Amino acid sequence: MSKPVLRVQDLAVTFTGFTGGIFTRRERQLRAVDGISFDLHAGETLGVVGESGSGKSTLARAILGLVKPGRGRVMWRGEDLTALDEEELRQKRKELQIVFQDPIASLNPRMTAGDIIAEPLWTFYPNMARLQVEERTRGMMKVVGLLPNQINRYPHEFSGGQCQRIGIARSLVLNPKLLVCDEPVSALDVSIQAQIINLLKDLQKKLGLALIFIAHDLSVVRHISDRVMVMYMGQAMEVSEKQRLYKRPLHPYTNALMKSVPIPDPKLAAEARQASWLTGDMPSPYQRPKGCIFHDRCPFRVKRCEADVPALRRMENGDWVACHRAEELDLSIQVAASC
Amino acid sequence: MAALLKVKNLEVAFDTPDGEVKAVNGMAFELAEGETLAIVGESGAGKSQMVLAFMGLLAENGHVTGEALFRDRDLLKMKPRELNEIRGKHIAMIFQDPMTSLNPFLTIEKQMAEVVMHHQGLRRDEAREHAVEMLRAVRIPDPEERIKQYPHEYSGGMRQRVMIAIGLLCEPEILIADEPSTALDVTVQAQITELVSELRKQTRMSLILITHDLAAVAEIADRIIVMYAGEAVETGSVDDIFYRPQHPYTRGLLASVPRLDRASDDELQAIPGNPPNLQDLPEGCRFRDRCTEAMDQCVNRPPVWGAEDGRTSRCFLPMEGGEIVVETVEPVAAEEAG
Repeated sequence: MSKPVLRVQDLAVTFTGFTGGIFTRRERQLRAVDGISFDLHAGETLGVVGESGSGKSTLARAILGLVKPGRGRVMWRGEDLTALDEEELRQKRKELQIVFQDPIASLNPRMTAGDIIAEPLWTFYPNMARLQVEERTRGMMKVVGLLPNQINRYPHEFSGGQCQRIGIARSLVLNPKLLVCDEPVSALDVSIQAQIINLLKDLQKKLGLALIFIAHDLSVVRHISDRVMVMYMGQAMEVSEKQRLYKRPLHPYTNALMKSVPIPDPKLAAEARQASWLTGDMPSPYQRPKGCIFHDRCPFRVKRCEADVPALRRMENGDWVACHRAEELDLSIQVAASC
Repeated sequence: MAALLKVKNLEVAFDTPDGEVKAVNGMAFELAEGETLAIVGESGAGKSQMVLAFMGLLAENGHVTGEALFRDRDLLKMKPRELNEIRGKHIAMIFQDPMTSLNPFLTIEKQMAEVVMHHQGLRRDEAREHAVEMLRAVRIPDPEERIKQYPHEYSGGMRQRVMIAIGLLCEPEILIADEPSTALDVTVQAQITELVSELRKQTRMSLILITHDLAAVAEIADRIIVMYAGEAVETGSVDDIFYRPQHPYTRGLLASVPRLDRASDDELQAIPGNPPNLQDLPEGCRFRDRCTEAMDQCVNRPPVWGAEDGRTSRCFLPMEGGEIVVETVEPVAAEEAG
């Protein structure tokens, strides 16, 4: 197999918060991303899934150098991005781009669609001829399914799905090699989500992009991912090949996330609800549970889980899991006959 | 069964610098006691505006015509003072975003007590007790302590529980929830759905759920209205809509839900195109340029099919077991008025 383009090694990001009043103020550390490692090849998609507060977005930002990691390395084609200075990193961003969650808030309402898409070109190639920029912008609009004659329209004249297409065009105009999509469809109608997911999948195939696709819903990443990483409180609970993960998740948390996905069928939904069991909220990031960080919400916990931290370990088939009981639990998902 | 709420020929329009925009066109429905009605559609379909209209909460440039009878009294003709007596007490509403619908400067206790002190004339300590009880009902752990906290000390899911608790304080006859779980994690969505369906079993409350995601209401709705571009395109029982959908738009909405309970790994089904611009609606059927079944005659206004059980479909395709109740040639009421 070819060498991975991206190697993330033991990446950690810590934020400092404060607690107490004026006189009793104390610093406290919040571990947003806590020792994440993975490899990514060109043309491959890693889905990253977890509840809010699990550190998915911070991971994305740390990979792109938008927040400074406290520990670990981000190796991009053999070069450590965390060691670069500001200007070197800026130049690298030609190759590393991001699509944000809120398609409307992430576009400047006072710029036209054309200006928004062309801006990265102006920034990185200030000498590029005006005509050439416009040509490239129109070309990009076509690629993402917008009409080139919409080039002078403003964001408010587009629907949510179209705005996300503008965001994707902007991130692709520099021909990046890695695209990080941070919940690109969470703010869209269900009926439009599939359009954007299919578009990203197509573009990836065409352009050979390495893709990191973040979502809070396992059903959304299924169709686009080759592998899926499930995060909880800044740590990877499971990293599995897609087919296996959706057939038989290894970690109880993955299983819980799958059971939370609503089923558009009244009878099946009622049955599934009886079997669903994830209760409570994620604990405060300042009070991390001892032992396995998921143990207080886990229905399969045993004594050992309260004391020993399960390491992320490699299973025989190459998948990774951080659970003491991964081998003995059978969390297979019942799949209805396809109809 | 007696209808608690009867909406007839409801029209909502907004004055904008570019002229009048019609957001809701001739909507009609009835809500029975104890019934859960889901209103489903994409952004811009007019589902929220319809509800805001009869709750008297439209933006200043909006106006509404038609009738909305709550226990035979027309909400649209009420004075603000009368409406204030209905809202919160008889009809309560929960909004989409639990972050912005709570006042960040007031404790949860203050925001909850206010409601019952106003509507039921309770003293402060009685009001607090009642509020604590409600928080317990929506399963906030340690409610006596947590009620003293501010919204930012609650997680997103807990804030939505608080919103539901506030909605339930006066034991309303109707609870309206506008996308109550869209802004939340799937795990929390599942919890909220379970909570709502449990509360529904315990009380005789009627429920109106507004959502863009059919899957979210599969388990709890009795009846569903599918809206598109300000109109009802299909109505039916939950089983009709999920197992025997008639309108191509309803079928599209169902197909676009990504499912984990199916093995298939094909491309996701999207509804092509975008929701229409209300200022520039296509002539004839409003869905036709996104419809997989569009025919030549779709440039005309489609007829409305109806059946005895209250099922309707607005399409040229015939509805199983139904007959035409509104002819194509007959212009709809909205255009007559205009």
